[in-house]
Amino acid sequence: MERFNVYASRLITKKEYFSPGHRACQGCAEALAVRLVAKALGQNVIVSSATGCMEIVSSPLPFTNWRVPWIHVAFENTSAVASGVEGGTKALIRKGKLPDKGTVFLGMGGDGATTDIGLQSLSGAFERGHNFLYVCYDNEAYMNTGIQRSSSTPFGAATTTSPAGKLKPGQVTWKKNMGEIAVAHNIPYVATACSSYPFDLIEKVKKAARIHGPAYVHVLSVCPTGWRIPPNKAIWIGRQAVETGVFPLYEVENGKYRITVDVPELKPVLDYLKPQGRFRHLTPELVDQIQERVTREYNQLKAKTAL
Amino acid sequence: MGERVGIEVSLAAAEAVKMANVDVVAAYPITPQTHIVEHLSELVADGELDAEFIPVESEHSAMSVCCGSSAVGARTFTCTSSQGLALMNEIVFIAPAMRLPIVMILANRSLSGPLSIWNDHTDVMSVRDCGWIQFFTENGQEAFDHVMFSFRVAENPAVSLPIMMNMDGFVLTHVIEPIEFWDQETVKQYLPDFEPVNRLHPDNPVTMGAFGLPGIFTEAKMAQDQALINSKAVILEAWKDMGDLVGRYYKPVETYHVEGAETVFLSMGSVGETVSLAVDQLRARGKPVGQVKLRLWRPFPFEEFREAVRGVKQMIVIDRAITYGGVGGPVASEIRSFLYLEENMPIITNFLCGLAGRDVTVEDYMAMFEKTEQMVKGKVRQEDYIIYGVRE
Repeated sequence: MERFNVYASRLITKKEYFSPGHRACQGCAEALAVRLVAKALGQNVIVSSATGCMEIVSSPLPFTNWRVPWIHVAFENTSAVASGVEGGTKALIRKGKLPDKGTVFLGMGGDGATTDIGLQSLSGAFERGHNFLYVCYDNEAYMNTGIQRSSSTPFGAATTTSPAGKLKPGQVTWKKNMGEIAVAHNIPYVATACSSYPFDLIEKVKKAARIHGPAYVHVLSVCPTGWRIPPNKAIWIGRQAVETGVFPLYEVENGKYRITVDVPELKPVLDYLKPQGRFRHLTPELVDQIQERVTREYNQLKAKTAL
Repeated sequence: MGERVGIEVSLAAAEAVKMANVDVVAAYPITPQTHIVEHLSELVADGELDAEFIPVESEHSAMSVCCGSSAVGARTFTCTSSQGLALMNEIVFIAPAMRLPIVMILANRSLSGPLSIWNDHTDVMSVRDCGWIQFFTENGQEAFDHVMFSFRVAENPAVSLPIMMNMDGFVLTHVIEPIEFWDQETVKQYLPDFEPVNRLHPDNPVTMGAFGLPGIFTEAKMAQDQALINSKAVILEAWKDMGDLVGRYYKPVETYHVEGAETVFLSMGSVGETVSLAVDQLRARGKPVGQVKLRLWRPFPFEEFREAVRGVKQMIVIDRAITYGGVGGPVASEIRSFLYLEENMPIITNFLCGLAGRDVTVEDYMAMFEKTEQMVKGKVRQEDYIIYGVRE
């Protein structure tokens, strides 16, 4: 396996479509994920981006880090913009005004843009069946505005609007399961990924791009600034999320579940929680509560793969 | 030239959109815009119009889809009213900044609350400063003609701005009028294919919608303002060419009996025809009254307006929207500030009327004239604005 990885990395293009020089924080695993997705899709793509970290770090007028066509309109409407990009291109091809190059249409946004403010427009685009891929880069809070909680922030995490106080242990709600929401739309492809597992991520993005119809990839994107970890721990933390079962890597192809990075024996969630400053206030009882939930949900997912 | 047919104005407008060979229609249903998009979806379903009809889940998404499709170089149309415009408001302001030549018909309707489906101009006046080209149509023929006009102006590479065609809800959208259709050959002569200045395409990657730091934001806004101001030359040319082709010559400011007029009414949209009847009656009584109709609202036609009201002593400005706690209706307050430095500035009275479709009759306009005369003679204190016809 180790040798295969050494070989596999050579198959990935050296070309950068999301160029160096952007303004993301040190150790930003979201920027890494964006870069890997861009590599997976190559030149023949049109990107629609939501407002957020990745938009702000990459497009200060008159500069750009995008070597592929890229559009940003607003925060909550990425999926609608992508619908227009796809629909407009489709009409122009059908009417003979543009050649059909098999271009991939990508929508991208953070967890706020996807699970909160942009959920309606994403649901609309899924339901209408546009031939596009949506990638959610989930860093589990509104990092661009200063680490405010979103519906994707995990239980117990302290953010600037879900602070850990005398009465409340940080975020009091459980992370919204966006993957399952996507699956409920009966779209042909849904997957989770993490930039700590680059080959798995690239495979899934390539597969999602090949599939006709809407596809959704939810990428856990470790944010050292917001999660209160040293930048050099970002990749390692992403691995802990997967190895503890907090963020399992799986795909759902035409309703069929498959775990892509199998973890025969889950590590205790404390291995994931303890190194992160956002969880430093958690009591053993709260950790137990999280452990119980993670184990249960992982087993539920496992059960689905057996169907 | 094409044939004259009796048809509902909404359907005629949709037929014009079809004749313009639009590529993408994205819309969400809202009264009184519905007949336009219903007919367009029928035309697509029957194969009479080869376009993507994208039935979005909200107006916010309608305008967002339009941004995406216009950015790839597709001829793009949408249509809304009132609350729909309010919901898409955020994106309405972004589209002109991105120089996306979307054509939108606004079937004018009052903004809630209380909820009302009926016609006035509170919706369009809420986006007065959004940066779109904005104009008003007065009847069905104007509406039909101006669909072709809108695409031609918006998509002109020197303009490349979205355009909002205002059409009064119900009183215009839902009436049946005799309308002279253009033939397809005339459309072809008048309206060239859409060749975008930039398009999103993998062969030539461009970044659209970059963010502006303080060091460049003002310059970007100045450029946008200039683009809107400069669009007027293209607008005038498009009207002249239309006149040469179909025989109807439109102007930014229309006048009726202004020769020797001491008092003029100023109206926008479909009330203009009723105002004209009032002018006829007042003239018959020997009153020197005329009418000025503002067709082009943005960019504001300064020269033409100044010329139209030269020598006028009183002006009665009809507003169909309220500026709560302000100095008058949105039209009157603009006209007052525009004419402030003119020599012999006319006395301006301002009547807010016809809210939520309430009828304003010929007699009402004559009453406004009388009230204005009394104000001018000092019998009644002049007020900044009068909400006309409030039931006691």
